Amino acid sequence: MALGQPILPLEVRDLMVEIGGRRVLDRVSLTIAGQGTTVVLGPNGAGKSVLLRTLHGLVKPVAGEMRWNGRPFGPDVLSRQALVFQRPLLLRRSVVGNLVFALRPRGLARGERQRRLAAILARFALEALADRPARGLSGGEQQRVALARALVLEPELLLLDEPTASLDPAATLVIEDLLRRTAAEGTHLLLVTHDVAQARRLADRVIFLHGGRVLEEAPASVFFTRPATREAFLCLAGELPT
Amino acid sequence: MDELTTAFVGAAALILGADPALLEIVALSLLVSLSAVTIAALLGLPLGAVLAALRFPGRRVMIVAVNALMGLPPVVVGLFIYLLLSNSGPLGALGLLYTPSAMVIAQTVLVMPIVVALAHELLSSLHEEYDELFRSLGLRPAAVLATLLWEGRFGLVTVLLAGFGRAIAEVGAVMIVGGNIAHLTRVMTTAIALETAKGEIAQALALGLVLLVLAFTVNLLVALFRQAAMRLAYG
Amino acid sequence: MKPSLSGLFLLLCAATPVQAGERYFVLQSTTSVQNSGLLEHILPLFTAQTGIQVRVVAVGTGQALYHARNGDGDAVLVHDPEAERAFVREGFGVLRCEVARNDFVLVGPRNDPAGIRGLDDVVDAFRRIAHSRALFVSRGDDSGTHRREQALWRQAGIELGVADTSWYRQVGSGMTATLTIAANLSAYTLTDRASFLAFSHRRELEELVRGDPRLENLYAIALVNPERHPRVRFAEARSFRDWLVSPEGQAAIAAFRLGDERAFTPAARCDADTGSRR
Repeated sequence: MALGQPILPLEVRDLMVEIGGRRVLDRVSLTIAGQGTTVVLGPNGAGKSVLLRTLHGLVKPVAGEMRWNGRPFGPDVLSRQALVFQRPLLLRRSVVGNLVFALRPRGLARGERQRRLAAILARFALEALADRPARGLSGGEQQRVALARALVLEPELLLLDEPTASLDPAATLVIEDLLRRTAAEGTHLLLVTHDVAQARRLADRVIFLHGGRVLEEAPASVFFTRPATREAFLCLAGELPT
Repeated sequence: MDELTTAFVGAAALILGADPALLEIVALSLLVSLSAVTIAALLGLPLGAVLAALRFPGRRVMIVAVNALMGLPPVVVGLFIYLLLSNSGPLGALGLLYTPSAMVIAQTVLVMPIVVALAHELLSSLHEEYDELFRSLGLRPAAVLATLLWEGRFGLVTVLLAGFGRAIAEVGAVMIVGGNIAHLTRVMTTAIALETAKGEIAQALALGLVLLVLAFTVNLLVALFRQAAMRLAYG
Repeated sequence: MKPSLSGLFLLLCAATPVQAGERYFVLQSTTSVQNSGLLEHILPLFTAQTGIQVRVVAVGTGQALYHARNGDGDAVLVHDPEAERAFVREGFGVLRCEVARNDFVLVGPRNDPAGIRGLDDVVDAFRRIAHSRALFVSRGDDSGTHRREQALWRQAGIELGVADTSWYRQVGSGMTATLTIAANLSAYTLTDRASFLAFSHRRELEELVRGDPRLENLYAIALVNPERHPRVRFAEARSFRDWLVSPEGQAAIAAFRLGDERAFTPAARCDADTGSRR
């Protein structure tokens, strides 16, 4: 069993995805390694979400290769990832019930489970809400619970699909703060967003996706100051003043 | 009009007087129909979840079949179960014909398609919502089914109420397999049919009103319970 | 939310009351003896005397005999001598006894459009109804009454074709429902006396033809042959048959009245050829 072995670095080569006969990802190649936050940036319909889902095993590619620290995708790779969706997708049970639900398939010992639950509740300031019905919380609180549900799995790679798209600015800042701390503690974040300002705030590296192709893959400092393609330049120029 | 008035007066007298013969019939009606719904729930809800969540060959055909079976006439179900349980039938040795058990079996067969079809409908939309989450968390199929059933519990209560409504109201199947034997297999609906056959229209209507009150009470209790439980789950 | 399996088991057990040692048998009977109230009157007397419960399944004569042929039920109480004899002859039934009699009555609207009032020849009356095309409502359910009515049409030489619905209506219902329809349509119909006596809207229909021997209505009991269906409750069913033809049983039948009229006349006569069995 390769369980417990790191899944990064990830090397993706010539990944092709078709949905309903339409090519959504076209010869995508990229590398994700080390620590930090990689932002997948691009306009709506660029294929960002599909890329994330393909890396998570939710979408099957028609061609191409994914090597996770040299291995193909499998249950052991999935178990070292977690995905936060755009909507919280909480179940009709308490906050802590939602966290337990995520942990149960991992089959952890009781002590370990309790340790993780206590740690995550404290870190996300959710203790007071632990026994509240999750679906009764505000949008921001729900997304905080969804993030906690992903991180209680202690993933090596955290995938985030526009996690703040339906939140107000205050709630967005809370989530971004938590993400920054998560990245600092060693989890690699792969964040999909079309919000250039958010990308600026969080990214260490940027993958610029456009029309199903990777047009740029560069450190944030390089990408935001000197975009190499016209498409990226237009995308950054269209950014609303922050 | 005259008979309608008599019926209302008669129904009131039956209910207020707690007529022992009536209580016996009401108790058996509830016992048979609730047993049938319970069995249909234990078998039908998981089946509905399987149809909603899993993909296997024959699934489409099963969904169409279950939906079609919702319209099965109770008399046909009664005849089918009669032929099975008859002393000349394959299950005759069990000696179940003309017993409440036979009535439970017939009503279970009647209720099952409703439970499966409506549960499938409800759980399909839940599954659509949560499918990616379940796969992301690496849930096994059995865990997916259990989670869907638990998440859909409030809607499923309504599904079971629909099944109960069909069970408590049908007469054709229990008449044939129960035989409408006094003190043994006589339930509200077969008693109504008997009073009608005897020409006691007012008495039949009075029993019908009692049945209505009964169904109303069951629905009210479930609605109250459901409301309380939902308040707990959603805050 | 879901009850435990043991709870389900309890429910199932509760749904099948098993009174230890209770003696009973299942009687497949025609509806008229139940709907008229005769069984309600005589069965408690029998049970008090013997401790045997009678579970009555009241259906049409045809259905009762069908159930009995399948071994579903231990005795039949019906009124179609020809079919009963066939039931015994083919080995499904034994120990047939006639137990009571009354008569069929041809009833119809008071204005009597076919002009049959006072006839004592029922076949002639049937012929007149057909020729005047006056409305006639038939049970149409293969019951004893329906079978008798069809026999009378045959004797009258009337072929009932599919086109005759203009005056001949098969309603496929029980006797009381059929009488109700006949009253509402001002139609003729053939009914057994007990059902007619118990019919609450009797004043809208009039008894027009009676007394023809071909209108005799004989009720008989026969037991399901235990050699054919070994699981039948033969002993219990036999005590009921024996009680029905005994002086007590016959007196009980004679004592049953609807209004101030006697609905059934006691008539005990057992078929000789099967009387010696067991």
